Amino acid sequence: MRIERKPLTIWERLYLPAIISGMMLTFSHLFRKKVTLRYPEQKPEIPPGYRGQPVLVKDEDGRVKCVACQLCEFVCPPRAIRIKPMAYPDNAKYKKVEKTPDEFEIDMIRCIFCGYCEEVCPEQAIFLRGPYSVTGLSRKDMMFNKEKLLELGGTMPDPIKKWQKK
Amino acid sequence: MADNPTTPTPAAEMVNATINGIKVQVPKGTNLIEAGQRVGVFVPHYCYHKKLAISGNCRMCLVEVGGPMRGPDGKPVLNPDGTTKVTMAPRLSIGCNTQVTEGMVVVTNSPAVQQAQNSVMEFFLINHPLDCPICDQAGECKLQEYSVEFGKDASRFREEKVHKPKQVDLGLRVMLDDERCILCSRCIRFMRDVAKDDCLGFTNRGSHTTLTCWPGKKLAGNYSLNTVDLCPVGALTDKDFRFKMRVWFLKETKSICTSCATGCNIVIWSRENVVYRQTPRENDAVNECWMCDAGRHNYKHINAASRLKKAFVSGKETSYADALKQLAPKLKAALADRTSVAFVGSARATNEELYLFSMLAKGSVSDCVPRTWDGDSFLVNADRNPNSAGAKIFNVAAAPMGSKFAAIADGIKAGKIKTLVVHQEDVTRRGIGADLLAKLSLLLVVDFRPTETTKAAHFVLPGVTYAEKRGTFTNAKGRVQRVWPAVSLGGEERSDWEIFRDLLRETGQPDRFADIVALFADMAANVKPFAGLSLEKIGDGGVQLG
Repeated sequence: MRIERKPLTIWERLYLPAIISGMMLTFSHLFRKKVTLRYPEQKPEIPPGYRGQPVLVKDEDGRVKCVACQLCEFVCPPRAIRIKPMAYPDNAKYKKVEKTPDEFEIDMIRCIFCGYCEEVCPEQAIFLRGPYSVTGLSRKDMMFNKEKLLELGGTMPDPIKKWQKK
Repeated sequence: MADNPTTPTPAAEMVNATINGIKVQVPKGTNLIEAGQRVGVFVPHYCYHKKLAISGNCRMCLVEVGGPMRGPDGKPVLNPDGTTKVTMAPRLSIGCNTQVTEGMVVVTNSPAVQQAQNSVMEFFLINHPLDCPICDQAGECKLQEYSVEFGKDASRFREEKVHKPKQVDLGLRVMLDDERCILCSRCIRFMRDVAKDDCLGFTNRGSHTTLTCWPGKKLAGNYSLNTVDLCPVGALTDKDFRFKMRVWFLKETKSICTSCATGCNIVIWSRENVVYRQTPRENDAVNECWMCDAGRHNYKHINAASRLKKAFVSGKETSYADALKQLAPKLKAALADRTSVAFVGSARATNEELYLFSMLAKGSVSDCVPRTWDGDSFLVNADRNPNSAGAKIFNVAAAPMGSKFAAIADGIKAGKIKTLVVHQEDVTRRGIGADLLAKLSLLLVVDFRPTETTKAAHFVLPGVTYAEKRGTFTNAKGRVQRVWPAVSLGGEERSDWEIFRDLLRETGQPDRFADIVALFADMAANVKPFAGLSLEKIGDGGVQLG
């Protein structure tokens, strides 16, 4: 099918009116509210429920909620999680929980932010939460250990308190 | 059929039955669980175990049973079409304690049976804690498996669960969690009937029934960990394996326990080249379903940090190829005078290794280290070498074993023996001390761990443990059984038979053995007891030597 091209009118062929109206639109943006951020000095506001990187949480008593069941390690599609379980020592405050992670590592180079770990967790101990900026200068920097993951996760109140009833 | 002489007479009287419409013929006395297994009908069960006395307390194996209907005259009632009329019993029966009788009709998938299984599962789960995230049995738990297959999806129980003791220390190696126990009594029956150490029992009644040790007794015998295998749930756990690794990550490799001459069939459970546990593998000719605790825990040396992963020349680390290159001319020169060389083989080596070792040691004095301690009447053999029989077959060991060590020591002292080749043994503990080793002009050691002997050695070639190689062992009763590699350390170490093959090749013998199959075939052709055997024929269960 052939489309006939309309010939330009006199007004369009004058050229300047089109340039001026274009310039006016461009310059009008100078006086509007800014939509950009000076990242990384300025950080965007993260809405609640944002799915950033996986983190470990503690309950309001400060107990590490993870019991090292290793289900997240099993379900993780890129095999980014590595857990070394241990028994609570005899004099520990949470001895009746019995099991806790000795080491908990997530290789953030491998993590694909799929959220399966959060979904499979029977203890609500791992969440995809606010932190989204995952940077490092070496592969070792990108291995997030238990301390770092707990620091990023903070506290998540536990309404059920399953282990207190044991 | 009586006139046909080729018809074999059946050893036991056979009876016919129909299970879920499938006809089956079994020896008289077979119960319904076993009979079902023959035709692929699975009857779920907790308390029943084929090697233990029947208890019949779990009620999981309920099935519908019927038989031919009999009239008042005692004769079978016939249907109009001439077939025997069948009546079903009004109540369900437990499959474990019901024996097959002639003409029996069994149904395991009727609505009545399904409802019974469902209800039994609901009863079990009333007081069972939701410990699965921290329970070591998760992944191999019969309660989890049957819950999916025969249970309900939701609990109707709204009351408080009964709480019982948790983390109970039952003995040296076993931890008990009473809340998880489903009271099947397998452990009690095993300790009473098989291990002959009646130390476990139930106390209290109803929902409060608790498994415990008799007052003043502990679950501490050498067979206590079999109760952990038997436990269908996570009530009894192995303290050694507790919280180490989830079972679904572990790779299972068939193997043989090398802790004594019994040669129990085992499974090695490993993940990423680390061994986590060993469990018995069924073999009615050797160990049935059991093994001793000592053998089960005898795996720590496999992943020990001190393992030799490199070859050593005069104490200096080097590559295997380099060590072999430096060793070859010296060994060849030494072997020119066979009387100046002594060999210490290992009765812990495989048949194939001993075969090659005997070729190396031909014409020289050789012996093995005997290890004899107390045995017991069940599985532990007094001979703690796994392959003494092999060492005798290949003449690597003297008769009696260990009798030539004094002669070797004297020979070194007198300067007659100048070269010593040692396989996997620490000869300094057998009367050939460091002072004598220092007099040798060539000491070659093939071992997987450092010892006083490897320290004194001019050449150390790194071998492997039983969990890293292929081969066969001959147990005390003359049964040849195979091992398979479960792990690999990834260093310079290699299978001991490969090292001996390389030594034979470097000292001028023809290089005949491309792999273990060729080596075994050569052994079968040249060594009489192994005639006609092959690795394939030995298979998983082993073969008795003639």
